[in-house]
Amino acid sequence: MSTRRFSFKTILGIVLTAIMLFPVYWMINVSLTPSKDMRKSPPSLFPVDVTFEGYSAVLQQQMPFLGTSLILGLGTVILTVAVAAPAAFALAKLRPRGAGLLNFLMLIAQMIPAIIIAMGFYAIYLGMGVLNTLPGLIVADSTIAVPFAVLIFSAFMSGIPDELLNAAKIDGASNWRTFRSIVMPVSRNSVVTVSLFAFLWAWSDFIFASTLNNGGALRPITLGIYAYIGNNNQQWNAIMATAVVASIPAAVLLVVAQKYVSAGVTAGAVKD
Amino acid sequence: MSPVNIGTALREVSPAVATADAVDTRVRRAAASTRWSAAAFLAPLLLYLAIFYAYPLYRNIELSLKAYTVRSFVQGNAPFAGLDNYIDVFTSPTFGPALSHTATFTVVSIVFQFGIGLALAVFFHSGFRLSGTLRALFLVPWLLPLIVSASTWSWMLNSDSGIVNAALTAMGMPQINWLTSPDWSLVAVLIANIWIGVPFNLVILYSGLQGISTDVYEAAAIDGANAWQKFWRITLPLLRPVSAITILLGLVYTLKVFDIIWIMTKGGPAGSSTTLATWTYQLGFGSVLPDFGPAAAIGNLLIVLAVVFGFIYIPVQSRQENQ
Repeated sequence: MSTRRFSFKTILGIVLTAIMLFPVYWMINVSLTPSKDMRKSPPSLFPVDVTFEGYSAVLQQQMPFLGTSLILGLGTVILTVAVAAPAAFALAKLRPRGAGLLNFLMLIAQMIPAIIIAMGFYAIYLGMGVLNTLPGLIVADSTIAVPFAVLIFSAFMSGIPDELLNAAKIDGASNWRTFRSIVMPVSRNSVVTVSLFAFLWAWSDFIFASTLNNGGALRPITLGIYAYIGNNNQQWNAIMATAVVASIPAAVLLVVAQKYVSAGVTAGAVKD
Repeated sequence: MSPVNIGTALREVSPAVATADAVDTRVRRAAASTRWSAAAFLAPLLLYLAIFYAYPLYRNIELSLKAYTVRSFVQGNAPFAGLDNYIDVFTSPTFGPALSHTATFTVVSIVFQFGIGLALAVFFHSGFRLSGTLRALFLVPWLLPLIVSASTWSWMLNSDSGIVNAALTAMGMPQINWLTSPDWSLVAVLIANIWIGVPFNLVILYSGLQGISTDVYEAAAIDGANAWQKFWRITLPLLRPVSAITILLGLVYTLKVFDIIWIMTKGGPAGSSTTLATWTYQLGFGSVLPDFGPAAAIGNLLIVLAVVFGFIYIPVQSRQENQ
């Protein structure tokens, strides 16, 4: 009897997951639907007449956008880790005055709506002439990730045993040397978590891209999709094909790094 | 050890419990030099915060207090306007509806995200074959770029060719103009937003459930409690601190939701899905002639709202940490 309940729950779980993921399935289905069937009523539940015209449109039109997003994501990761990791080490291990206040500021900073930061950035970038540039957008995107990164890093680094750091000190290592050669390698897991989220957020960003980089030559994939939607002759198979391609980082992340993802979700919410 | 141990998932990755007390004497002697080096390690972050957080926020306050036109925005010589922008915003006919849409959107989103998330967390926590894999798959909506989710929902809710209306027709129900009717546009963006937010609630509440000792359930089972009683008498009360955190974070995050609404409806039709967040974007970036002053004023209002919830959240969260 208990085995029967066991499998009933599994079936229910599969059904619930299928319902939850239906929009994702639908995105893939529409991306493979020929334009002539797009307005068919009712729509086909399965891709009966598979076409790759949507994906060939992606290949022809969206590659520069994808490349931009890739650079954007990597740039944001590097900037975020470079700013957050040393500071988190100081907060966790060197215990400076005002550490509590800074942690508090990090929590508050995560609550400020990006749209408001974007407006301030717009005014500043306009004056500096860095609107529509990639470095400008990288800096803006990193503001989403830096407070989160500081909190994750300092939570992790405060778990590094003091004995380990003191041993290095006795051997004559400077704080910088200790940080570089011991703290960072030991903190590999948190670096992965932070990098994954920083990349994903920069890759997915729409607010900063649409306000700070709307007229630039190098625009990210989110704006590529947005421009598609705005077109009058909406090619939904191309839109959905781009959406599928834009979802690849999220999918890769989930497959290769699921434990880091859960860690990030939980930690971002409740750690300090 | 706290009865509800929410950091479980993190600790799988990081054995992060501060054992701060064991400060070596040698380290203490070097206290002064440590202070300097702490300052050096912190300097990039402090500089970063000053330039990329404090200054934009300051510019935003400045924007909201001046009467900007496109021209004076570029030249930077707008006259001081005092609170005119704020008065404009409060007396605008858009203000009332935008505020009420924001409240509806936030409350309804959170009720459903939390309710569904909790039900799923309890279900997955009961443990069955494949539960780990399926729970991981549930994260997908949360990880997708918002523009992907929003455009997929746009097409699913399309009046003529959307799968949702096709399903309604198949069930003999009338079709709904989800995105083009003022009566339904807020419902449409709510559906998409709830879908996106469920995974986050599921993950946090699930890790909260993992922290509840199984002994309590065993004791209850011996006393003859049924599943329903266990849920109401044990799970829900012991999950209260985690629930409070989840809901407060939900409030803060939902207040700033902009992408989904903007991509699906642009706040329309006729302002029927305009929230404070989409309104500020509409004024600042959504039209040919930007109106930065009022846009910044609404933005500052949003910050105040978010920070108020933030101030409620932080003590709740630190109480949870210190339990």
